[in-house]
Amino acid sequence: MTELYQQQRAMRAMRSAAIQRGVIAILDIGTSKIGCLVLRFDGPEQFPASDGVGSLAGQSAFRVIGAATTRSRGLRFGEIDAMAETERAIRTAVQQAQKMAQTRVDHVIATFSGAHPRSYGLAGSVELLGATVSEDDIACALAACELPDIGQGREVLHAQPVNFALDHRTGLADPRGQAGNRLSVDMHVLTVDADVVRNALYCIRRCDLEVAGLSSSAYASGISSLVEDEQELGAACIDMGGGSTGLSIFIKKHMIYADSVRLGGDHVTSDISKGLHVPWATAERLKNFYGGVVATGIDDREQIEIGGQSGDWEKDRRTVSRSELIGIMRPRVEEILEEARLRLDAAGFEHLPSQQIVLTGGASQIPGLDGLAPKILGQQVRIGRPLRVQGLPQAATGPGFASAVGLCLFAAHPQDEWWDFEVPADGYTGRSLRWAMKWFKDNW
Amino acid sequence: MQPLRVSPSEIAVHRGPATPLRDPAPSRLRYKLGRLWLTPGFRKLMQFGLPAFVALALTGWYVANPDNRAAITAQVDETRRSIETRPEFMVKLMAVEGASPVLADTVRKLLPVDFPISSFDLDLEAMQDRIAALDVVETVNIVIRPGGVMEVNVTERAPVLVWRRVGALELIDATGHRVATLVDRAARPDLPLIAGWRANNAVGEALAILAAAAHLGPRLRGLVRVGERRWDMVLADGPTIMLPETAPVLALSQVLALDAAQDLLARDLTHVDMRDPRRPTLRLSRSAMARLTPTSFESPSHE
Repeated sequence: MTELYQQQRAMRAMRSAAIQRGVIAILDIGTSKIGCLVLRFDGPEQFPASDGVGSLAGQSAFRVIGAATTRSRGLRFGEIDAMAETERAIRTAVQQAQKMAQTRVDHVIATFSGAHPRSYGLAGSVELLGATVSEDDIACALAACELPDIGQGREVLHAQPVNFALDHRTGLADPRGQAGNRLSVDMHVLTVDADVVRNALYCIRRCDLEVAGLSSSAYASGISSLVEDEQELGAACIDMGGGSTGLSIFIKKHMIYADSVRLGGDHVTSDISKGLHVPWATAERLKNFYGGVVATGIDDREQIEIGGQSGDWEKDRRTVSRSELIGIMRPRVEEILEEARLRLDAAGFEHLPSQQIVLTGGASQIPGLDGLAPKILGQQVRIGRPLRVQGLPQAATGPGFASAVGLCLFAAHPQDEWWDFEVPADGYTGRSLRWAMKWFKDNW
Repeated sequence: MQPLRVSPSEIAVHRGPATPLRDPAPSRLRYKLGRLWLTPGFRKLMQFGLPAFVALALTGWYVANPDNRAAITAQVDETRRSIETRPEFMVKLMAVEGASPVLADTVRKLLPVDFPISSFDLDLEAMQDRIAALDVVETVNIVIRPGGVMEVNVTERAPVLVWRRVGALELIDATGHRVATLVDRAARPDLPLIAGWRANNAVGEALAILAAAAHLGPRLRGLVRVGERRWDMVLADGPTIMLPETAPVLALSQVLALDAAQDLLARDLTHVDMRDPRRPTLRLSRSAMARLTPTSFESPSHE
C-alpha cells in the first residue's frame, strides 16, 4: 500500500483535469480483446440535476466519440504476460480510437480483470470534532479503519466507504453536515497483486498515455450491467470474460465484494481446440458460430464441417455434430459457473435480501446459458447488457463491452474513495488545538 | 443400422480463414506521429501555417531578385498600357468652345497635346489650371466627350473699363480683374477710362458713377482714383468734380442737378469740390479770381 496508494491521488487529480479539458480515453485491457473508447465531456448536462437523477442516469454529460477494439495479445487471465505484445495491442486500439475521434487523448482510465482481487471489509469509528460531520471527520473515520494484513506484494485498488453510521443510525449515504457524536464507517477495500498493476501502468505509460484512473473490471461491469434497483437492493454481477470471470456484489449502490475466477471463454476455446484437434482460431470460430450449452435433438443432425489446411484430405474433411461441440463446451461453462457460485457462497451472497445475479461479458453470449445458469446459480439470473451511452457504436454495445461502458460511467461519476478525502492532519497538535478551541467555546 | 442421412444444406460449411486475421499494430514512431498529427495546434500549424510560410518564402525569394522585380513591373506596365491605349480611351482631337479666335489659338498653344493620346495620360486638372492662369479667361472646364473629343469650355472675361496705370493701359472687367493690355486708348474708345493707384479695386463704384454721368457723353474724360479712397471725375471742357468717399453717386447727381439748373460745369471753374457733400465748394480759375477780387466779392450763384 505504498506506490499505488501514492498514485491514486495523482490519478484522481489528473482525471478531473482531463474532464476539464474535455477528452479522456477508456482502456479495457481484456484477455481476448482490448477496447478503447474516447469520451468527450461537453460540459454541463442539458437537464438540471435537480430533477433527481440527471438525464440518462447523469451520464449524458459525456459522449463517446471514438471506439476501437483489437484482438489482445500477450495477456493471460487478464494479466500481462508478454509486455511488448500488449503494448502493441494497446497502441493499435488507442490509435484507431483516436483516428475515429479525430483528436488526441493524453489521459486514460484503465481496467483489467485479473490480478487476484481480494475484498476486505473494514470498519472504523471516530468521535466528531464539532457538532456536525465535516469532511475532516469522514477522513478521520476512514483513517481509523484498521487495515488487515493484505499480504506481501499487494496493493489497494479500490477503497470505498460503503456505509456510514452516526451514533445509533446506520445506513447513511452521506453523513456530511449531520449532527451526532460518533461517526462509524464501513469501508470496502479491494486489493490486487502489485506486480500486475505495475505492469499495466508501465505498459500504458509506454504508449505516451497518462493513467487517470484504475479500476477492477468486475466493478466496472457491475456499474454498467446492473440496473439501478438491482444495485440498490443487492445483486451480483458475473462478468464472464475471456481469461477470467469477475464477480462483484453490489448493495445500496456500493460494491461490497469483488472476486475473480481464473477461468473464462478462452478456456472453452482451448477445450474445443484440444478436443477437436483444430487450431485456436478455428476453435474460436466454431465456438462463436455453433457453440452452445444445451443440446437438443436437432443438434445431433447438424454436422459442422471443421475444415483445415493440413493437406490431409481425411483430416481436412472432418465434420463434427453440434451436440459434440456442445458436449465439449458445457462442462467448462458449468465449471466456470460453479466456481463463481462457490465464490458467491464464500462471500455470503445468500444472506443478501435479493439474490439477483446478472451475467455479462463476452462469454455470456453462449446460446443456452440462460437455461444452464439458473441450475447452478439460482433462479434469479438474467443475461445483462451494458447501459446504452451516447455515441457508442452499435458494434460496441454487446455484453463484451460491459466493463468499458462501466468505466465510462465511472469516469463521469466517480465514487468517493479513500484518497478523495484529505489526509487528516495527523498529529496530535492539530487535534489538541481544536479540542482546546472546542473546550473554550463550550465553557465560555 | 441405417446411416444418418444428412442433406447438403444441413452441413454448415466453415469457411473462415485458417490463419488469424492480420492485426497490424502501429510502430512506436508511427503511433507517436499519429498522435502528433492529431494535436490541434500542430495540425493547424501544418494545415495553415506551413503553406502560408512556404508561399511567403517563395514569393519573397522571387521578388528578392531585381530581374524578377523588373519583369513584374514591365509586365504590369505593358498590361496597363495595352488597356489604356484601347480605342475607347483614346482622345483624337481638341475643341475649344466659347473663346475668341485669338484666345482659342492661345489655348491650343498652351496645351501642346499630341493627338491621338490616351485619356489616362491627360492631366485635365493641370491643363485647366494652366488655362485658368490666363487673365482673359474667367472659367475653364475641360471634359472628354465620348467619341474621343477633348472639349475645352472657356468663358472669357468681358472688358468694361480701360485702366490707365503707370506705363500701361489695361482692360479690366467688372470685378476689376485684368483682361488684357491695351496698346492704344483709341483701340477701345467705347470703354470709359479710369486711372489711379489700385483703381481696379473699386470698379463697381466707378461703374455706378459712370452710369450716373452717362449723359455727359464725350465730355467725360474719365475717373481718377485719389488716395485709394475716392474718385475725381475729369471732364474734357470743365472743372474736375471731386467726389466724396461715401455716396459719390449722390454727390455727383447733386452736381449734375446744379449743372442742369445753372449750367455749373460751363463756368470758369477748376474744381467742384464735393468731398463734403453738405458743403459743396467751387474752386475758381485764376482768371475768374482776378476778375472778381478787386471790386466786390460776389458769389456766382447770386449773379
